[in-house]
Amino acid sequence: MIATRDETLAIRHSDDVVRVRQAVRGEAIAAGLGLVDQTKIVTAASELARNTLDYGLGGTARIETFTDAPRRGVRLTFEDHGPGIADLDQALTDGFTSGSGLGLGLSGARRLSNEFTIHSVVGEGTRVMIARWK
Amino acid sequence: MDGGLAILARLVETKGDALLTRWRELLLEAGASGGGRIKDAELQKQCREFLQALGTALNAGVDARGVAGPEFASARALLDEVSRSRAAQGFSPRETATFVFSLKGPLFEQLRDQFADDAVTVSNVGWEMSQLIDQLGLYTMEVFQRSREEVVRRQQEEIAELSTPVVKLWNGILALPLIGTLDSARTQVVMENLLQAIVDQSAELAIIDITGVPTVDTLVAQHLLKTIAAARLMGADCIISGIRPQIAQTMVHLGVELDVVSKATLADALALAFQRTGRTVVRKAAKG
Repeated sequence: MIATRDETLAIRHSDDVVRVRQAVRGEAIAAGLGLVDQTKIVTAASELARNTLDYGLGGTARIETFTDAPRRGVRLTFEDHGPGIADLDQALTDGFTSGSGLGLGLSGARRLSNEFTIHSVVGEGTRVMIARWK
Repeated sequence: MDGGLAILARLVETKGDALLTRWRELLLEAGASGGGRIKDAELQKQCREFLQALGTALNAGVDARGVAGPEFASARALLDEVSRSRAAQGFSPRETATFVFSLKGPLFEQLRDQFADDAVTVSNVGWEMSQLIDQLGLYTMEVFQRSREEVVRRQQEEIAELSTPVVKLWNGILALPLIGTLDSARTQVVMENLLQAIVDQSAELAIIDITGVPTVDTLVAQHLLKTIAAARLMGADCIISGIRPQIAQTMVHLGVELDVVSKATLADALALAFQRTGRTVVRKAAKG
């Protein structure tokens, strides 16, 4: 399966989170996702982009768009070289936060996506991949 | 033989006037005055001062840091000013970069004239000169870019203040129509405006309408919850309106619970507010 479009955006400032959201919305529309799916993937992207910024100390967002059969949709990969997550189960628990948020971003992003994988090494960084298919 | 940069320094010093004249010609040709947005006298002044600063820097000697070194402080300050003023005046990146890059031509011409029979020196010094001007050009672009970003940021701040009006719907009933992105800086303004309006108007109900908010994520939800809690402490209840179906579904998946009464539209919320404050809206009987 080959992505029709593939772009990587930097996340260094809170404005970049808005930019990622807008880019994801554009690509979700291009992939033919419905309004609810668009909103879900954009919201998930917003959560993960802000995590990348706040906890990962900045990183990148890769947006892959699939517009051809057999699968249409978007796949997002957020990567940072921050401190990493020591306890993934805890991080994915509703209501747990090491910062000052609601503690629902990461777990919520998982519920909003069709695919969710997270890989984190303490001291090296975190990579989260999510996808939403039509 | 002297180093390339020393030769260059002497060139700038001795041929300053010729360089200046030729440089200005090229700048005007290339349209670097931006169609008259920069006065000729000002352009000339910028050119002269830059050549002087460049001469000083070259005489002081360039170290490994290149144009980032202390010798180039005054040249950099000048470029700062040049690119900032151009960014503010809406010049294009090309028009701004041309200021520095078009100096290459005159410098090379002078070099060629002076060492007409020494191709090796011309190419060696020319190469060093070219690298130096490139660095200065890149520096100019960095400053230009930063200045543009500052302009954008300032505009964002202006928009943030403009777009958070608190509207009085009825005695004691306020509405806060939120539009756009709710980043933290803006939410701060929103909260302050609403709380102040609650005091000023002794309001008991505030309707927060989020029809114009494209994405409600956990941060937005958290800001809303905090605003609602603060309003409650001041004796006012909040009603949220304008949650669209797709946003509602997304919020459920996120696991966000807004512990507050919500209505689909602002009209519904106003009807509820009337009801809560003991008012009824009655249609006058149609005549005839």
